[in-house]
Amino acid sequence: MQISKEEVMHIAKLACLNISDDEIESYRHNLEEILDFAKTVDSVNTEGVGETIGTNENYNVFRKDEVIDYGDREGLLKNAPSQDEGMFRIPKVLN
Amino acid sequence: MSREDYEVVIGLEVHCELSTKTKIFCSCSTEFGGEPNSHCCPICMAMPGTLPVLNEKVVEYAVKAGLATNCKIEQNSKNDRKNYFYPDNPKSYQISQFDKPLCYDGYVTIEDEKGIEKKVRIERIHIEEDAGKLNHDDYGRGSFVDLNRAGVPLIEVVSKPDLRSAYEVESYMRKLKSIFEYIEISDCKMQEGSLRADVNVSIRKKGSTELGTRTEMKNMNSFKSIVRAIDYEIDRQIEVVEEGGEVVQETLRWDDISGRTFPMRDKEDAQDYRYFPEPDLVAIKLSEEYIENIRKALPELPESRKKRYIEEIGLSEKAANFVTSSKYYSNMFEKASEISNNPKAVSNWLMSDIARIMNEKELEPDKIPFTAENLAELVVLIDKGTISNSIGKKVLEELFENPKEPSKIIEEKGWVQISDEGAIREVVLKVLESNSQSVADYKAGKDKALGYLVGQAMKETRGKANPQMLNKMFMEELKK
Repeated sequence: MQISKEEVMHIAKLACLNISDDEIESYRHNLEEILDFAKTVDSVNTEGVGETIGTNENYNVFRKDEVIDYGDREGLLKNAPSQDEGMFRIPKVLN
Repeated sequence: MSREDYEVVIGLEVHCELSTKTKIFCSCSTEFGGEPNSHCCPICMAMPGTLPVLNEKVVEYAVKAGLATNCKIEQNSKNDRKNYFYPDNPKSYQISQFDKPLCYDGYVTIEDEKGIEKKVRIERIHIEEDAGKLNHDDYGRGSFVDLNRAGVPLIEVVSKPDLRSAYEVESYMRKLKSIFEYIEISDCKMQEGSLRADVNVSIRKKGSTELGTRTEMKNMNSFKSIVRAIDYEIDRQIEVVEEGGEVVQETLRWDDISGRTFPMRDKEDAQDYRYFPEPDLVAIKLSEEYIENIRKALPELPESRKKRYIEEIGLSEKAANFVTSSKYYSNMFEKASEISNNPKAVSNWLMSDIARIMNEKELEPDKIPFTAENLAELVVLIDKGTISNSIGKKVLEELFENPKEPSKIIEEKGWVQISDEGAIREVVLKVLESNSQSVADYKAGKDKALGYLVGQAMKETRGKANPQMLNKMFMEELKK
């Protein structure tokens, strides 16, 4: 499975990663190996096997629509590097 | 070439917040407002190690929406992750649905500019979570994240590109809003953002069947701006093409103040959400029985009410359309008709004076300040002859300002109609005496003069005289 340098750069950008030129080649190689490994699945005979929906056999795990107040806003905010008036403070975002 | 040489093609993605009590994947309240981050927990704040559990009401409401818009229901559904980084999206992915939306292949019926019925196809309706809110201050100290809205359940209704004008877009959105209000899955408050739309606009030469390049305007949340933005964008695209240019596919931001669209800056990150099945949630399997039970429990929808009003009550198509345009009008109509036993009068009040005042005051139908009982009483007071129609209009104005029982209003204002024969005769004689010219005109065959005399008598009694009695008595006196 071939992966191009451009694809590696695109994926890095989507993941918000800054990678150096040297790293691109090693990531490219690693990603190719991962895809090749995943290809193993192709060798399984899936004839007559239905479409898989969901991650396991279980289904319809639902919750009742009943409010539970978590009640600890302090606790939720306390590990934030910066907060103000009960909100997370972050670098200015435009748009 | 002019605008007439082009056809406009519009598709809509309508987001509607569901009125469940709790969020889609945790038990936090969905209540609007509240202190920042006070309706939050480790799950909707995306703390490591937390897991989502789907709210059963969200599935039920989405299926309701699907059935009410003629959709098929997917019996084997699931959730997927849509990946993107933005500070209002705490997990850096949104749990949504990709290839197995709960509802698909539906339609709603709207009317175009000429009043002709038209089907707008719905491609799909899926469930997903809302994002948080970013606040900005004027001092450049940064942005502030409030996650109260994060995790509030949404349905996204994706239409086919079947809409051809801003008018049709407004009709379509009003239709969806009305249906969702009828089936009570959302309060559809546009000013609170619980109903909003991403609008995709493109143009093509008339007769062409290929779709032109589209631009997208996101998060539009008032009918007025949607209509203005679409009209602006159509003109802009035609101008680009007429000048020999090409429309660029991009996301635009509509600015209500300048009345223009501006490109947003996310152009270079061509959308690549890398959807994949949500590993933290299991499949949603819906039995025939589950779906049928929801279908059976659906309330009567506007289309069916409209039919009933025309066939059983004898309303005109226009009146029936208007009355069923909103659940609030329709409910008021039914209740007031039942009490007053005069559905036509009730529908006339709704369609003419009430609609006009609502329009002037820019009120949506859920904001009618008086009750169905009030309207019914107004109709009855006129039917009984206690007040005239013109006093009725004044009572209605008063119902908007100071809603209370119409009988109290007319009593307090001294608006009770004069139906006392002696009192009316007195006025008639007085008017005849001081308008000898009109009397002569009438006797000379000018029937119009009678209207003038009645008008004078009305003026004299400040609109309180019973008009039928006035007419009758003038005729009698003039014959003498």
